[in-house]
Amino acid sequence: MADIVFDSVERSFKQGGKEFLAVGGINLTVKDREFVAIVGPSGCGKTTCMRMVAGLEMPSKGRVLVGGKEVKGPGPDRAVVFQQFALFPWKTVQENIEFGLKSMSMSAEEKRDKTARLISLMGLEGYEQAYPHQLSGGMQQRVAIARAYVLEPEVLLMDEPFGALDAQTRVVMQEELVRLARKNPKTVLFITHAVEEAVYLADRVVVMSRRPGLIREVIDIKPVREKEGWDSHSRIEDVMDLSSFVQLRSQIWKLLREQNLGVDH
Amino acid sequence: MAHRDRLNQGEFVLWTGLGIASFIGVWYLSVLLGFVPKQFLPAPHEVLLKFIHLINEPFSGYTLLAHIASSFQRFLYGFLLAVAIGIPLGLLMALSRFANQLITPFFESIRFVAPIAWVPFAALWFGTGIGGPVLVIFMGAFPPVLINTYRGAIHVDKKYLEAARMLGAGKLRLMTEVLFPAAIPSIIAGLRISAGLGWQSLVGAELIVASSGVGYMMVKGQASIQTDIVMSGMIAIGLIGLFIDVLLRQAEKFAVHYREI
Repeated sequence: MADIVFDSVERSFKQGGKEFLAVGGINLTVKDREFVAIVGPSGCGKTTCMRMVAGLEMPSKGRVLVGGKEVKGPGPDRAVVFQQFALFPWKTVQENIEFGLKSMSMSAEEKRDKTARLISLMGLEGYEQAYPHQLSGGMQQRVAIARAYVLEPEVLLMDEPFGALDAQTRVVMQEELVRLARKNPKTVLFITHAVEEAVYLADRVVVMSRRPGLIREVIDIKPVREKEGWDSHSRIEDVMDLSSFVQLRSQIWKLLREQNLGVDH
Repeated sequence: MAHRDRLNQGEFVLWTGLGIASFIGVWYLSVLLGFVPKQFLPAPHEVLLKFIHLINEPFSGYTLLAHIASSFQRFLYGFLLAVAIGIPLGLLMALSRFANQLITPFFESIRFVAPIAWVPFAALWFGTGIGGPVLVIFMGAFPPVLINTYRGAIHVDKKYLEAARMLGAGKLRLMTEVLFPAAIPSIIAGLRISAGLGWQSLVGAELIVASSGVGYMMVKGQASIQTDIVMSGMIAIGLIGLFIDVLLRQAEKFAVHYREI
């Protein structure tokens, strides 16, 4: 069991001597093997939420639990795919993917096999000895995903992983992630500001409002997706044309727009 | 603003040659016009002849090359010691606030003491054989290694440290596999400064050496008012210093084989 529980989580920052609340009172449970996307305007604290699950930041109040245990720091059981990839530029593709395995106790052969499997799964054959700067953005993103997946984490945390990619590459990566996620489901927390992406990928979409970051609404996608058979379409644009998809997308858009108006006027 | 346009090769040779020629010209003029007694300022060709002479004929027990070899060995020990202690310590200070707080006050108070000021203590504590001179060279070479390693390492993008911690790396791996490679450009810049200061401290170090070395040769030459020998020593120090810097510049080119993304 690797569920994520936000238990009355608050996070405040000090800025210029004043304290301001970035995330205020979040209660949310991401079930084991559930794919949850968080959407919200920039500055709503969605990345902060993810970083608290990763253990890179600590809540000011409340607790974050993963698999029933309180998060105390970062660890390979909760792999992160960062927005800026954060690949080590001085290591080759192979060395980047192997990095996390090196700290684990398993035979050298097992490590080699796992790395080779991920390299083939992500279509990185032939690039093992390349350095990240020699790869395109899309390829770098694949290495970042491989580096996280190779640890076989129970929880996968993704912070706008496709935000830095061009439109075509983004679509390919989204389709690949759907295949990976449906075939080998993990508990995923996916941060994005792209509504289509959230609806297409997630089982549930959490809409956040800003200042302080609060959960505005949680929308169930999975029942609709299964009833309407979205996964029988292999292309994202076919899914996006379905009226069930369009309806969910506009529902989420409206929620986001309402709160933007609320803040700005 | 300055030096925006590079000189072409002809201009480069012209201006470099002109610089050297006018330096030697002023030197000759000073000798010929007798500004300084001839005993205190030998002519350039006399120094050159002495330099060549010293390569073959021993002075104070050794030929010039043997003096250079023994100086270089001491330099290498002092420099390598500075590298072996300075790099790990700099990385540790960047990683741990406690280590930083522990070391900084001590280091900051000691680094302004000129290496040469350590000479009496170096001799008393470590003797005049190899230990004393090595300590003096170490005192010159150590601060730039430590400072540049530390500065290079604290400016490493936080995202790499977060990624490494997320992937389960402990402190040792953070130091060796993240901070160190990321700080290499800054470290090598530090090594170049450090080699220069270490090599400069050499003459001071060899003031207390009893039997060999370029510095020792110069001290002996000075004692017998043989200024051509002192100047030959200066030329040797300059040439070896240049050689060390060229070596480290090559190392710089090979060390960084990646680009930031």
